[in-house]
Amino acid sequence: MTAELVDYAEAVTAWEPVIGLETHVELGTRTKMFCGCPTAFGAEPNTQTCPVCLGLPGALPVLNGQAVRSTVLIGLALHCDIAAWCRFARKNYFYPDMPKNFQISQYDEPICTDGYLDVDVEGEIVRVEIERVHMEEDTGKSLHVGGATGRIHGATHSLVDYNRAGIPLVEIVTRPVEAGPNAPAVAKAYVEQLAELLRTLDVSDVRLEQGSLRCDVNTSLRRPGDAYGTRTETKNVNSYRSVERAVRFEVSRQAGLLEQGTRIRQETRHFHEDTGTTSPGRSKEEATDYRYFPEPDLVPIAFPVDVVEELRASLPETPAVRRARLRDAYGWSDLELEEMTNAGVLDLVVSTVELGAAAPAARALWQNEVAKAANEQGVEASSLPVSPTDVARLLALVADGTLTAALSRQALAGVLAGEGDVDAVVAARGLAVVSDDGALRTAVYDVIAAQPDTAAKVRGGNMGAVGPLIGAVMKATGGKADAAKVRSLLVEVLT
Amino acid sequence: MPEPITRDEVAHLARLARLECTDAELDTFAGQLEVILGSVARVAEVVADDIPPTSHSVPLTNVFREDVVRPSLDRDEVLAAAPAAEDGRFEVPRMLDEAP
Ligand SMILES: [Zn+2]
Repeated sequence: MTAELVDYAEAVTAWEPVIGLETHVELGTRTKMFCGCPTAFGAEPNTQTCPVCLGLPGALPVLNGQAVRSTVLIGLALHCDIAAWCRFARKNYFYPDMPKNFQISQYDEPICTDGYLDVDVEGEIVRVEIERVHMEEDTGKSLHVGGATGRIHGATHSLVDYNRAGIPLVEIVTRPVEAGPNAPAVAKAYVEQLAELLRTLDVSDVRLEQGSLRCDVNTSLRRPGDAYGTRTETKNVNSYRSVERAVRFEVSRQAGLLEQGTRIRQETRHFHEDTGTTSPGRSKEEATDYRYFPEPDLVPIAFPVDVVEELRASLPETPAVRRARLRDAYGWSDLELEEMTNAGVLDLVVSTVELGAAAPAARALWQNEVAKAANEQGVEASSLPVSPTDVARLLALVADGTLTAALSRQALAGVLAGEGDVDAVVAARGLAVVSDDGALRTAVYDVIAAQPDTAAKVRGGNMGAVGPLIGAVMKATGGKADAAKVRSLLVEVLT
Repeated sequence: MPEPITRDEVAHLARLARLECTDAELDTFAGQLEVILGSVARVAEVVADDIPPTSHSVPLTNVFREDVVRPSLDRDEVLAAAPAAEDGRFEVPRMLDEAP
């Protein structure tokens, strides 16, 4: 059933969006959840597998203690209660990316429950309640062959890589958030600030583009004061911006259906990055269809209270506290900090400053140049091939006069294009400022000889005429001269 | 006593387990499952509230492994056990839909 989309602004005048977020985070442990296979990203397919993560008969899982500690740490940072006792459960279903035909997960006994995250949405704090944080194992990765651009539909067969199968996964589930018209922004801010918190805890590398953070967005609409409406669950939301777009689209779509009297189907939908739309997947299985039961191969967890307290005491400063500290230490304003956070460059800027760069210059370069390039390419700034070391070096070269602002932009472009680090790009592209006085003087005399009339004006005291001469020298040196120095040389020679 | 198990429920379970059953088999299994559920229900009758359900026969908790890498299997060895392989990956028949 389809209907016209209702313009978002109009939709939220009649309907109240309610959202819920289920976020999966791959933990950054060295080994998998239940076996000693490594978890490194990008290895050759099926080179990080063993009888346990391949589900071979007779293989027995043994729980990774570090994964449990990391999960408890996440729970504590989200102000959750830590279960005194809990178990794993088998979630039974058949799918080729799960070699055992069940996934080891937690069902009615999650290790962390009842927490919250205070989210800063454009300066206003929205408390997002956390229902549960539980542990499970990731699945393998499928490649669909024979159809259009790797799509599952139309494929002739599929190829499966089990390197990812069994990597520790933590699922963080919110309670319904009555976010009002601001729902898309609240959803985006929640995922961003959750990611920021997870990065601070150092439990995951939190890279959306590599899939170590994945987000499912539940959306429903209701008339103000009514009970919650039927929700849809949008999967495949792979960037912070997509979280916002997915909510926005679902609100417009559902409002269209509801206004023509069509009921919303409870279903999984897939988000399409290119069009910003969602399309239906399969109808959701009932929880009972998974026939959950306690995992008999893993003994219960009674996480020691003294270790919980130890972990609680070790919690690092929260991002909100950190922002206050950075504001005081580096002089950035709240607005600048928010802009850097939103652009996904705050950590990168801080690292750059820690490498010796000036705080305002580091902020400006990441914010105005790198984040802009990331935005144009539709990727996160952190995934571009430029590091804090590169930016610190670039700023050092500008500070000592080796590069002008214009040349530094060219050097950055080279680094972004994958031509190597800053020094390699400067050398390869011949970008260093012509600081050799002799070469610069020669260029100045050449220009004066070529433009005697203009030079005469300057000699006659018309300093406005020096501009064209500077331009000519800059052109002659391929933009590699320091304009201020050229000016002073011209003035010195002509007056 | 619990509700009697219906043939539809057996058919549903068979579908979830990807088992193809004839109508005659569904009837047979419904009868057999009925007996099993009946027996379990008899046990449940004598269970007092102070006896927690048993999920593990050994009274152990917190068996943890150190986060230390152990060698994985050789890929050729792994894929040799697969019905088909391509590009270092397991080849499987086409999937009909996204994962549930
Ligand atoms: Zn393994």
